[in-house]
Amino acid sequence: MRHEKSIGGYIFDIFNHILMVILVIITLYPMLYVAFASISNPVEIAGYRGILIKPLGFSLEAYKAVFRNPSITTGYLNTLFYVSVGTTINLLMTSMGAYILSRRELYWRKLVTFLIVFTMFFSGGLIPTYLLVKSLGMLNTRWSIIIPNAINVWNLLVMKTSFDNVPTSLIESAKIDGANDFKILFRIVLPVSLPVVAVMILFYAVGHWNAWFAAMIYLRDRNLYPLQLILREILIANDTNMMIGSNIGNVGEREPISVTIQYATIMVATLPILFIYPFLQKYFVKGIMIGAIKE
Amino acid sequence: MRNTKLGISYLTVEIAEWGKKVMKDFIRNRYAYLMALPVVAYFIVFHYIPMYGAIIAFKDYSPLKGIWGSEWVGFKHFEDFFGSIYFWRLIRNTLLISLYSIIFGFPVPIIFALLLNEIRNSLFKRVVQTATYMPHFLSLVVVAGMIVNFTSVDGLINDIIAALGGERIPFLMKPEYFRLIYVASGIWQEFGFQSIIYLAAITNIDPQLYEAARIDGANRWQQLKHITLPGILPTIVILFILRIGNIMNVGYEKIILLYNPATYETADVISTFVFRRGLIEFDYSFATAVGLFNSVVNFVVLIIANEIAKRLQETSLW
Repeated sequence: MRHEKSIGGYIFDIFNHILMVILVIITLYPMLYVAFASISNPVEIAGYRGILIKPLGFSLEAYKAVFRNPSITTGYLNTLFYVSVGTTINLLMTSMGAYILSRRELYWRKLVTFLIVFTMFFSGGLIPTYLLVKSLGMLNTRWSIIIPNAINVWNLLVMKTSFDNVPTSLIESAKIDGANDFKILFRIVLPVSLPVVAVMILFYAVGHWNAWFAAMIYLRDRNLYPLQLILREILIANDTNMMIGSNIGNVGEREPISVTIQYATIMVATLPILFIYPFLQKYFVKGIMIGAIKE
Repeated sequence: MRNTKLGISYLTVEIAEWGKKVMKDFIRNRYAYLMALPVVAYFIVFHYIPMYGAIIAFKDYSPLKGIWGSEWVGFKHFEDFFGSIYFWRLIRNTLLISLYSIIFGFPVPIIFALLLNEIRNSLFKRVVQTATYMPHFLSLVVVAGMIVNFTSVDGLINDIIAALGGERIPFLMKPEYFRLIYVASGIWQEFGFQSIIYLAAITNIDPQLYEAARIDGANRWQQLKHITLPGILPTIVILFILRIGNIMNVGYEKIILLYNPATYETADVISTFVFRRGLIEFDYSFATAVGLFNSVVNFVVLIIANEIAKRLQETSLW
């Protein structure tokens, strides 16, 4: 699509490119600042004021402190558990639900659809859900993080829309060959819907990786805490004392390293996602479009 | 007499027919229904039982007596809530945070998508997209942590203010800055990601329209105004209505991470109030009543918005 090159057009193009560069800087700079500060020399950074354009000195002390910290390592392992087991359950339940809603010949399909979609519009609320989890004996167990959020209705509808596009002939011929619905779903429908499966894995996994609220209200035992909850203590409540240790009675005075520890913790908790996501970019763009078309 | 008898026998025949149909469907699709079992069970247990549990809004719930055994108190908790000093403050805060998010946040991804669409260099475009989508994937804890850090008295933003000769401000302790911080950080985190849907809508516009316009001598501004914008207008309208439908739904997680008693005046919304009263002060019934009030209002607004969106979609989108 070539367009005519008027002077106004040139000027607009220049401004537009500059604006885009500014937007990129605005979105990336906070992350870059954190990255620079995390590997800076703690003493230098504590005395520094203003914008950082490169690390000040170099020190990995903060990262060492982070990885020495048992809360962070157990948090990491717990998060890996919640991400892997949680996403597996999400994917299994969501694809089964989506498959049911896409099978038009089912007599009860409309009722089940209504039952599911209605929950997008109305909910019992936070407290009744909490009391339910409590009465199921799930409080303070790993299951409280995974089971109550087994299905996200929006994701289910995106997946259903994608399943609707699987050719009926493919399913019919499998049925004639004697395949049951489980076989059809796992051997035919899912393998031909890989883009949407990738999107679901991305959305659910990122959701688990970033989740903290359910953990905060359901978990008491610190050994079950996901990384984000530990992160919250360090970042929001400013509690780095447990990492520096041995400084009891030193209240009020912030150790220089406690600041770089905060930055290093952010990096450690964020890098895995930032590394993975660009590779999946084309899939989630597709996923959002699938969702948008149907809505 | 004969007629009713006949009617009844018709009815029994119909029921029998229906029963046969259902049985046939059930047997034929037994595996599909087996598959539906855990899904339906999940929704009943984790969504419908809490809806039933919400009746404690009309009771004085005590954990010892259970949901059913607790005493009925009618609308007492609702009356308490409507009469409390918090009621109008919560409604105002909820609506204002939503409204500001819509007024300032809604146009940004649209404008961004339109401008990005004018970039011809596809590599540059991809880099911009990858960078601006990125904050969407950061956790709220990390975003809130960065906000706390950057807005603190010795943080980056105050360093810049001080360098320009201004006074250092403890932003997160000042109620008048809370909405600004909430809305601005929300735009920062989501504008890129939200633009995806508009970019997709722009891609779906028929290229022949542009061709014809160019032959007629339309410049880029005119093409934008007369082809691109009208082309994505249906998408804009639908998303706008759906956004309005969620006006009573404010993301409480970020607020809980950022607010403190000093900023409750502007920061406390219905859902954060429910969380505090219910799960920190254990005032279960009262918190449930407040939550139920929110759910019901939400439900009504959402249904209206969805109805409007559906009608518009039928008439104007396809």
